[in-house]
Amino acid sequence: MFAYIIRRLIAALALLVLISIITFSIFYLVPRWAGATPETLATRYVGRTATADTVKLTAERLGFYDPFFVQYGHWAKTLVLGGQFDMGAQKVECPAPCLGYSFITRQAVWPELVDRAPVTFSLAIGAAVIWVVSGVAIGVLSALRRGSIFDRAAMTFALAGVSMPIFWTGQVGLAFFAYKWRIFVPGGTYTPFFENPLEWAHDLLLPWFTLALLFSAQYARLTRAGMLETMNEDYVRTARAKGLQERRVVVKHGLRGALTPIITIFGLDFGLLIGGAVLTEKVFSLNGMGKYALDGIVNNDLPKVLGVTLLAGMFIVIANLVVDLMYAVVDPRVRTT
Amino acid sequence: MTLTDHQPSTPAPTRGTFLQVRDLTVHFPTDDGVVKSVDGLTFGIDRGKTLGIVGESGSGKSVTSMSVMGLHKRGTATISGQILLDGTDLVTASPDAVRRMRGKRMAMIFQDPLSAMHPYYTVGNQIIEAYQIHNDVSTKKARAHAIDMLDRVGIPEPNRRVDAYPHQYSGGMRQRAMIAMALSCDPDLLIADEPTTALDVTVQAQILDLIRDLQKEFNSAVIIITHDLGVVAELADDILVMYAGRSVEYGSAEHIFNEPEHPYTWGLLGSMPRFDRARTERLLPIKGTPPSLINVPSGCPFHPRCRFEENTHGLAREQRPELRDTGDGHLVACHMSPEQRRQIWRDEIQPLL
Repeated sequence: MFAYIIRRLIAALALLVLISIITFSIFYLVPRWAGATPETLATRYVGRTATADTVKLTAERLGFYDPFFVQYGHWAKTLVLGGQFDMGAQKVECPAPCLGYSFITRQAVWPELVDRAPVTFSLAIGAAVIWVVSGVAIGVLSALRRGSIFDRAAMTFALAGVSMPIFWTGQVGLAFFAYKWRIFVPGGTYTPFFENPLEWAHDLLLPWFTLALLFSAQYARLTRAGMLETMNEDYVRTARAKGLQERRVVVKHGLRGALTPIITIFGLDFGLLIGGAVLTEKVFSLNGMGKYALDGIVNNDLPKVLGVTLLAGMFIVIANLVVDLMYAVVDPRVRTT
Repeated sequence: MTLTDHQPSTPAPTRGTFLQVRDLTVHFPTDDGVVKSVDGLTFGIDRGKTLGIVGESGSGKSVTSMSVMGLHKRGTATISGQILLDGTDLVTASPDAVRRMRGKRMAMIFQDPLSAMHPYYTVGNQIIEAYQIHNDVSTKKARAHAIDMLDRVGIPEPNRRVDAYPHQYSGGMRQRAMIAMALSCDPDLLIADEPTTALDVTVQAQILDLIRDLQKEFNSAVIIITHDLGVVAELADDILVMYAGRSVEYGSAEHIFNEPEHPYTWGLLGSMPRFDRARTERLLPIKGTPPSLINVPSGCPFHPRCRFEENTHGLAREQRPELRDTGDGHLVACHMSPEQRRQIWRDEIQPLL
């Protein structure tokens, strides 16, 4: 088991290197294919009235004249070992893990990400709790009352839930709950959990429910399908034949059997979300990693994009590993020993 | 169908009183029509006795056992008649009352022990659960009981195997574990639904021996449901032959094996592989397939497949034969006269078997 985890972690590391190379090459190669020179690239990152000399200096400072692998190597080296950055006026020491400095704001990427991580984590965790609980509960009840009015209503809701995009449900939510009824603030505020848990929850409730709506719809469908299958299994009949109360038959035997695919999907969804819930953060003006990445993309700010990509990739890889390990916990047949 | 079929004034005799099933009908309304899975079935069994219910797939054997256990989903089946277990009518009792009897007073062993046990819980865990539903004991005590039960059904090293998962058991061991689970609350009635069908031939005999030994030990009534006459030959005191949801022949094992009177029973006996016969001889299969339970053939449901149908001069096509006592509590539902049937058995059937 231990060797397995080590093997998986090494593979994960290789994957992250690959992800960073791909992201890097997109930023390096695509503009050059379109005919960009180091100078035209650098004009984006200097003032509008810059002279040719300043542009050239900036391009040099950002390393745009170096070949691809020298640039990538420099980025990777500072990530692991830290390094010096030429900020024009002065040189700045950037300790490892150093994700570089934003081309635009000249702020170090890593501390900014660390600052924003709690926002994204809070958003993902709260939404996850809501969607898992509501999705699974709706799915179970739907499966048990298959064909009933409840089932039909729930499945219609589920279809609507997966069909409505967050930028729409989020706006509608804001329009009613924030602007019309003034139950919630119209976004943009985030109170750290350890400062005031109640305020923290109050600030995030609307984003939570908006994000959870999308996922709980999927989870309701998934749970319903799984439950319809397991409730017809022979082992459920055995549980009934023992004289077990129906409630426990459903939860302990039926739901337990249907849980495996739900856990798998959850791991992947959650990993993805921790890397940044771009739309939700944008709609509710939450300064999380998703919004950070979006800013980076819009402004061609490579260090920001690379930082978020790497971090998001890491979370997804870790989530995958956790899911694989969870299999062994959930399904004893997968255990090797 | 005639009116006399369902007159309660003349209940067909049963061969036991501990469990009495009287005029049981189980119908399933579906989009295609009403499936008459069980249609007027009567039988009984005493403690310490074994009843074999024999028939092809779809003859209503399993539906009968599920009705006795009260395991039909509510709303899916229309059940009428009486199922009296030690005087309590399970048909009219509340679902919760039946639930509390399930596992404790009546228990069941299923066909495929791999799918019948939950793959995610240890064998011990599942036996402990069964025991704790009906006994208010600590998990420690229940565990000791589970180990004891595994020991009694012949699982080696029960102390260790109690913590194993079903997939870590062999097929025969799993069925033993199922039996241990079924017997954990010392039930008065044990229903075994095709208990050996999914097992190796070598293991089948062991499981049947085990059921017989445990029955003696627990003095429970046992119902064995099977399509394999060889199984009931080993175990059963009485045999009920079912066809299309009805009882066609019902009597002691001696009656059924030595002087069977229903053409369907002859067919079952003829299609049974025998080791004491030359291999050149062919089996004698029953031609045709079991009838649809939605459109049950008129009259005797077996008449389209019966070789002797013309002997009844068309009566079998029109009228459903009643289950009649031909002596010694041997019940047969056939329009041919007992003399005629015995003659056919002696002259035509027995020499070929």
